[in-house]
Amino acid sequence: MLKLEARAAPSQWMTVASPLLALLLTALVAALILAGIGQDPLAGLRVLFIEPLTGRRQISEVLLKATPLIVIALGLAVCYRANVWNIGAEGQFLLGCVGAGGMAIWLTTQGIVLPKIVGIPLVLLAGMLGGLLWAALVALLRDRFNANEILVSLMLVYVAQQVVNALVFGPWKDPQGFNMPQSVGFHASLHLPPLLERTRLHIGFVIAIVLALVVTLFLFRSFRGFQLQVGGLAPAAARYAGFSARSALWTALLLSGALAGLAGAMEVAGPTKQVTPYLSTGLGFTAIIVCFVGRLNPLGIVAAGVLLSLMLIGGELAQSRLGLPNAMASVLQGLLLLILLACDTFIHQRLRWMPSRKSSNKAVA
Amino acid sequence: MSTALRLELTGISKQYPAVKANDRVSLRVKPGEIHAVLGENGAGKSTLMKVIYGAVQPDEGAIHFDGRPVRVASPAMARALGISMVYQHFSLFDTLTVAQNVWLGLDKSLALPEVTARIREVATGYGLDVEPERPVHTLSVGERQRVEIVRALLTKPKLLILDEPTSVLTPQAVDKLFVVLRRLADEGTSILYISHKLDEIRALCHHCTVLRGGKVTGEVDPTQESNASLSRLMIGAEPPALKHDTQHTAGPVAMAVQRLSLPTADPFGVALDGIALELRSGEILGIAGVSGNGQQELMAALSGEDVRAPAGSITLFGQDIARLPPQRRRALGLHFVPEERLGRGAVPTLSLAENTLLTRSAGIGRGGWLAPGEVAALARKLIDRFQVKAGGPGAAARSLSGGNLQKFLVGREIDAAPKVLIVAQPTWGVDVGAAALIRGELLALRDAGCAVLVVSEELDELFEISDRLVVIARGRLSPALPAAEATVEQIGTWMSGLWDAATVTASEGRHAEA
Amino acid sequence: MNETALLINTALASGTTLALAALGLLINERAGVLNLGAEGMMLVAAVAGFAAALLTGSDTLGFLAAAAAGAALAAVFGVLVIFLNTNQYATGLALSLFGYGFSAFVGVAMVGKSLSPREQVAIPVLSDLPFVGPALFSHHPMVYVAMALTAAIAWFFYRTRSGLLLRAIGENPEPAHALGYPVRAIRMAAVCAGGALCGLAGAYISLVTAPLWVEGLTAGRGWIALALTVFATWRPARALLGAYLFGGVTVLQLNLQAQGVQISSHLLTMLPYVATIVVLALISRNTAFIRLNMPASLGKPFRPGS
Repeated sequence: MLKLEARAAPSQWMTVASPLLALLLTALVAALILAGIGQDPLAGLRVLFIEPLTGRRQISEVLLKATPLIVIALGLAVCYRANVWNIGAEGQFLLGCVGAGGMAIWLTTQGIVLPKIVGIPLVLLAGMLGGLLWAALVALLRDRFNANEILVSLMLVYVAQQVVNALVFGPWKDPQGFNMPQSVGFHASLHLPPLLERTRLHIGFVIAIVLALVVTLFLFRSFRGFQLQVGGLAPAAARYAGFSARSALWTALLLSGALAGLAGAMEVAGPTKQVTPYLSTGLGFTAIIVCFVGRLNPLGIVAAGVLLSLMLIGGELAQSRLGLPNAMASVLQGLLLLILLACDTFIHQRLRWMPSRKSSNKAVA
Repeated sequence: MSTALRLELTGISKQYPAVKANDRVSLRVKPGEIHAVLGENGAGKSTLMKVIYGAVQPDEGAIHFDGRPVRVASPAMARALGISMVYQHFSLFDTLTVAQNVWLGLDKSLALPEVTARIREVATGYGLDVEPERPVHTLSVGERQRVEIVRALLTKPKLLILDEPTSVLTPQAVDKLFVVLRRLADEGTSILYISHKLDEIRALCHHCTVLRGGKVTGEVDPTQESNASLSRLMIGAEPPALKHDTQHTAGPVAMAVQRLSLPTADPFGVALDGIALELRSGEILGIAGVSGNGQQELMAALSGEDVRAPAGSITLFGQDIARLPPQRRRALGLHFVPEERLGRGAVPTLSLAENTLLTRSAGIGRGGWLAPGEVAALARKLIDRFQVKAGGPGAAARSLSGGNLQKFLVGREIDAAPKVLIVAQPTWGVDVGAAALIRGELLALRDAGCAVLVVSEELDELFEISDRLVVIARGRLSPALPAAEATVEQIGTWMSGLWDAATVTASEGRHAEA
Repeated sequence: MNETALLINTALASGTTLALAALGLLINERAGVLNLGAEGMMLVAAVAGFAAALLTGSDTLGFLAAAAAGAALAAVFGVLVIFLNTNQYATGLALSLFGYGFSAFVGVAMVGKSLSPREQVAIPVLSDLPFVGPALFSHHPMVYVAMALTAAIAWFFYRTRSGLLLRAIGENPEPAHALGYPVRAIRMAAVCAGGALCGLAGAYISLVTAPLWVEGLTAGRGWIALALTVFATWRPARALLGAYLFGGVTVLQLNLQAQGVQISSHLLTMLPYVATIVVLALISRNTAFIRLNMPASLGKPFRPGS
């Protein structure tokens, strides 16, 4: 009979192999699903995983979509390592859109034209502030009322969606917009500078990479980061050491809120260039998957962000080319996470075949 | 078949990933015999008991019960055979009543009222004071053990296994337990008594099997043996003698506690009531007491994990520290070693080097940036100085044995040259060699002028190293006694809270007796 | 029908989804397992039940299919969390995310289709009583099922030995394991039962409340149900009551929107979610109270033989 037993030390081999194995198994399931609905599995897999990497424009789209995923996931990594379960990054992202959008709309409608070096950081900061404040609500409710941050942050996502709707159908509706629910387009001085010509890729991607390095330093080279992680790994040890749990809570949430807000700001100042009701595409939730696939490690998150962005683009391609439902990518992402969680357990455990014991019938001396 | 052995184990072996817990162990228990299984921590006693009780399957070997070969595949099967176990921990549900707990521990589908009646029957029959309607979390540890015994007795066992039963009892309660056990043995029940306490085994048991490192090192009649000879079988040597510097006097008061009353934060905790003590430099003050009488709460208040103490109730060299967090107290010279190693004293998955950052500041630079080289250097220094067997500063804390980790943790605080050191359960679950080293270090620290406060459930240990003793019971602290003047009997009485008979009513005294 | 009676009637109808889901989660959590995948399970079950009812024309089969789907997903969760010891929070989240995508994927063919509105079943005699009749006794059968289940679960928890054992395991699995009970199997059973109930909850929306299928049909009800278990301090009767209260809030905001009240429709849509936050804050404030009532081993992994 098969038994699961603990390993004496974590398996190095499995630590590296696990995400690759999970990816392989997910691709396998994808192939099965494709076959199941009558599509050619290999062609489908090609479109889902390979196509998005062919050609300059495709790659730029992948990196473009990866940018907010990475930025949000970096903040979530800090949170989860501190055992603060911020699930509402989508809401903080939206409030980042609102903050940045508000600033940009005000500047645009007031006719204020600032040099790019001033205007853009202003818009981005406004976005960070929006996300930060939204996350601060979660921190406040947990700190003062002991309310579970998972549920509060999630409820705030639904509230955030309505806030965006209320603004875009109301005070922010573009008077020249033919009564469509959308804001005025932002002035050109507030658009994020592009990174690659003739693509939509903007400097946000560079910001994301820089942030990954910053978060790495924070987590592994700063005492503050160490304190946060101890709080997440062993709360009693953190109390023994005197590390403030309250301070860790606020740091983690404000940081991840600000980062999610930044991602939102980059989204409206980058590809969208206005505020619409269609901003909530689930990036905040996909970022959670990116965070775990990246093992809560900043460098892993960059890779995972690119991977999941790849799958999202692949999904869109599959929809337009093969007529597959867009939700296919969503299914595969959720599946990837589930399979990864299962594979990861074999880092600390292993299966052993235990034959049933036959009792020996030695005669008693 | 009156000559058939009640229980016979032959050649039992059990291998775990990192260690061979049992190595061809044999055991023979007669009907009506009280049989001790002696060994220090880590010798393999627990594993052997789990094998007998069916919680663990051996890799090889045979079990015979009443002459017939059996395979104990599960605790339910063990119970069906007539084997019953009284655990050291983990066997009662705190939030349920005594009756509900016993009910869940029985296999047959009896109704709850029936079980309640049977509990009262058995309890009075054996002189065990147990109230079926009380929730378990209101019981003292000694009372909980009585519940476990009653539960075991309700199954009319042929073999009763007791795992370290006296570690949670006052000396008086130990005597009462022995009375019950002897009566059971006279009635024909075999008893397996697991312990590392030589005096008790010699006083109670008919026969003794000694384990060391997973192997049997001897099968003897303990009444014919001395502590020295048993110790030789148990650890391969005589018990190490400690060097005592008896010529020293205590210095000025280092830490003073007065009128420390603290309501409990946890619904299942113990409130502190008017705690007062004085700790002087150059002395070791030992706090004795059965677990669950407020030690945890007192430690948390002294270490700074609990900052709700009334202002002025705790002073360090005259300075009020009652509301200060742990870092500030450490900066003033107060260090603490908690009783839980993994999870509180150290983070299990982090390395020894990283774990130094919990209480030490080596490697923390300006702006809060860490210098890994310096951090690892401190860890290496501690490993060398305190003879910690580990894979280096990068080894994960949980990869160390209990004794080695404890040496590291105690060393981490001693190396900080504290003015006051508080240690909780310094040698719990630690092998004899490490325990001797730790006690030696504490004495050396005392000789160097540090004030040391030791909380321990092992009376022997406290008598060995303390200059003065106090007892904690029900959240209150007794007056202090010089160790040379204290006797085990007196301390035992005080553990029931009876140091000032006038302030304790009769009924409270009856319930307080563990 | 009298205005208030109508309000109560619709509140009960609307709250039944939450009640069923909350009851399912209650069983889970009492055994010590926190399943954040409720939303995902409800969505998959909703689409499964809808598809089954559409294909066979039978509501009963629809509900059964939904319960099976919920239990199946819960079983996957259970294997991961109970036997492989994966992190309960992450796995539950993964399940919700997966469920969202999977239900959207599978339901593509059915978007926009709808079933005929379901009829209420009036209990003879009782439904003729003034006020109480229309309020309490003229409902879709599932509403009565929810009430019956509440009573059954309460009886199970507080009057049977198995229920006592389940609650004890939720407090602390170690003693149960020491006594020889198959803790993991019992938890698995609890998780699957909870999944089946969440499945019924999902199907109730797609078969009765809506009745149609669109992506994300449950609109966060699974998460609200999780909050409800806290609000109910893990007691079945209180969960039912809380569910009806929330149902009332939902119905109220819909009524206000329909009446063209001068509050932005967006603000009104926010109402149930804001209410959840407020309720959570109020109930969690008393930490000692929560600690006394919360199953102590909730969310913690259990490793036998360690």
